[in-house]
Amino acid sequence: MSEAAVMHARVELAEAPLTPESWGKLGMWVFLAGDAMSFGALLVGYGLLRHASTNWPLPFEIFGINLTAFMTFLLICSSVTMVKGLEAVKNNQRSVAKTYLLLTVLGGAGFLGLQAYEWTHLIDEGLKIYGNPWGSALFGTTFFMITGFHGMHVTGGVIYLSVMLAIVSKPTTQLGPGRTYNVVEIAGLYWHFVDLVWIMVFTFIYLV
Amino acid sequence: MADTHASPNYWMIWLYLFVLTVVELGVIHLPLVKVAIVALLVFLACYKALLVAMYFMHLKFERRTLGIIALTPFILCLFLILMLIPDIA
Repeated sequence: MSEAAVMHARVELAEAPLTPESWGKLGMWVFLAGDAMSFGALLVGYGLLRHASTNWPLPFEIFGINLTAFMTFLLICSSVTMVKGLEAVKNNQRSVAKTYLLLTVLGGAGFLGLQAYEWTHLIDEGLKIYGNPWGSALFGTTFFMITGFHGMHVTGGVIYLSVMLAIVSKPTTQLGPGRTYNVVEIAGLYWHFVDLVWIMVFTFIYLV
Repeated sequence: MADTHASPNYWMIWLYLFVLTVVELGVIHLPLVKVAIVALLVFLACYKALLVAMYFMHLKFERRTLGIIALTPFILCLFLILMLIPDIA
């Protein structure tokens, strides 16, 4: 074997385990890792500002924890309907997959509706991005920045999953453990990530 | 990718996540020092995040590469926190 052929074989060996489907998955994971750093930086920044502040209001005295707990519950539910939907895609059960994906989309939309309600309520009470009646102005700034950034992700996810629902609903789309499964799985990764980030946001912004 | 693993019981994971959220809500009312409550909350949040990543995102059944990618932001965030400590002290 020539040297070039040996080199080629080596490269092939290193790259072979990634099938074409997993390149998409790899791409999504790389994106999510970058996105996680954005959220990480926002949350660490939040922690730093709060620690340095002497008049930071107590979050759970101002936010309705019960409402946000319910929003958390909604996202957790929509995560489980997502995996069940994916499972149905793999098992070639179109109507089951459609139902679960629809429930996932509705969960996300419900979350957004509640967030809009929560924001309106808090803005009415005087929480603004530049100040609030209870203490440090940054309390409002960080709150709207972080929950807003997350809310935009949920919005993107609802659109993304609606497209998945449309694809799965089309009678000509072939289900089973093939390409569609892979595409839906990648969408699911994004959706679970949004849920995962909310777990962190809920803990650090609302509970701590 | 055709998964060969048996699917985990997703409803059980859902139940765990639900119970852990309820526990979190209980923890904030515990008569403990602030630091202990925060530590507990961080632990519970990380545990929930781990459940989501491992089972819902199938990380448990994936090749190692993806796990390493998933771990990088956490390492970098820890790094960020460490670098900010001198500013706080």
